[in-house]
Amino acid sequence: MRAPMSDLPLVLDDVSLQAGATTILNRLSLTIAPGAPTLIVGPNGAGKTSLLRLCMGLVAPSSGRIDWGGRADSALARRAILFQRPVMLRRTTADNVTYALAQAGTPRPLRASRAAALLDRVGLSDLAQRPARRLSGGEQQRLALARALARDPEILLLDEPTANLDPAATRGVEEIVLVAAQSGIKIVMASHDLGQVRRLAGHVIFLVRGALCEQGRAQDFLDHPTTPEAAAFVRGDLVI
Amino acid sequence: MSDELSAWQLILNGDPTLLAIVRLSLAVSLSAVALAALAGMPLGALLALTRFPGRSALVVLLNALMGLPPVVVGLAVYLLLSRSGPLGAMGILFTPTAMVIAQTILIVPIIAALTRQTVEDLWVEYRDELSAMDVGPAGRMMTLLWDARFSLLTALLAGFGRAAAEVGAVMIVGGNIDGFTRTMTTAVALETSKGNLPLAMGLGLILVVIVLAINAAAWGTRVWSERQAG
Repeated sequence: MRAPMSDLPLVLDDVSLQAGATTILNRLSLTIAPGAPTLIVGPNGAGKTSLLRLCMGLVAPSSGRIDWGGRADSALARRAILFQRPVMLRRTTADNVTYALAQAGTPRPLRASRAAALLDRVGLSDLAQRPARRLSGGEQQRLALARALARDPEILLLDEPTANLDPAATRGVEEIVLVAAQSGIKIVMASHDLGQVRRLAGHVIFLVRGALCEQGRAQDFLDHPTTPEAAAFVRGDLVI
Repeated sequence: MSDELSAWQLILNGDPTLLAIVRLSLAVSLSAVALAALAGMPLGALLALTRFPGRSALVVLLNALMGLPPVVVGLAVYLLLSRSGPLGAMGILFTPTAMVIAQTILIVPIIAALTRQTVEDLWVEYRDELSAMDVGPAGRMMTLLWDARFSLLTALLAGFGRAAAEVGAVMIVGGNIDGFTRTMTTAVALETSKGNLPLAMGLGLILVVIVLAINAAAWGTRVWSERQAG
């Protein structure tokens, strides 16, 4: 099941996405390379979610091209995505992870032990036999993370995973993400939270109204934003 | 079955004729539900997950077939199974097998149509996650049918209720033969036409109580298992 080649770097070349007459993403060109987490930053409606879906290969661009490690095919083998509101399968917590393992091609005899290890990694071991839909919001996000990690991804895409969480639950999710990043998984995460950018980002892609406004190292973006929109965002002003 | 005895006395005495009628009714209708589920659930799920020209017309047709008149199904199966019909050589007209076939045909559309609606609604919710997990078409069907299992129980109950309550199809293809193909509904029809109204009402009441008991058991199972699995 595992593709031997790497999905990185992920390259978007002049990519646009249209929905009817609306332009959601307008002529983006960017490269996502291995290394520290890349955060896709921008106000609501900037196109962050659409960009993640393009990167995952769930939607095709209206024009332009995307390639993963030099290949234009969109086989999902080495990518995983965490949606903003992940859907829990109507099964137990452990069965949700086992299901993801099965889909990722894990041999049946290994699934139970891998599922236990993944639940331990996201701190849900005690809730393994609980119906997944009874978990709290933060617990559901961590379970969704375990499901995504079950795919043993090279790239992990996350769509504002902490948007609806309180600080304690947010920290729980961020710690798992940081550990994943240290283990060599390339993190690409959408966020509109300046604090989260400071805590996690190595690299920033700043989108405004579907266009690439600014990109670069997180430190440069935070200290010396070059565009007025980025400067306003970094100051904490409302960017619309 | 003695006409002088009321239905309740027959029950209390454990009348073997009555018990045989009840047993046959349940065996025929439950077999029909099982067969219709095997055919109707995959059919409904397939229709929910595929897109092809004429699909909308098929969905409308399937929904309309939920109201298929039992006598029409009975007549069609009768023509198929009668000595001069295409399947006449099998010699199964006026047997419980023929009754199971007729009731299965009657309730496949009910189970398929309700399954289609349930699976389609769940697919809207699951689409992104299953696509991201790279689940293939067969896997999607299995996953959605399994995760919709509590809702699908209602589809099965609707099918069972229809099968247990109908009289037209089993009367035509079964023939209401005493001790062989007589069900509760055909017995009620017969006793009514004979003017034995107390016995007919008693039998009718037993039928209603049995259907109620099965629904209550299914509901209890659903509540219990939902608590277990969410």
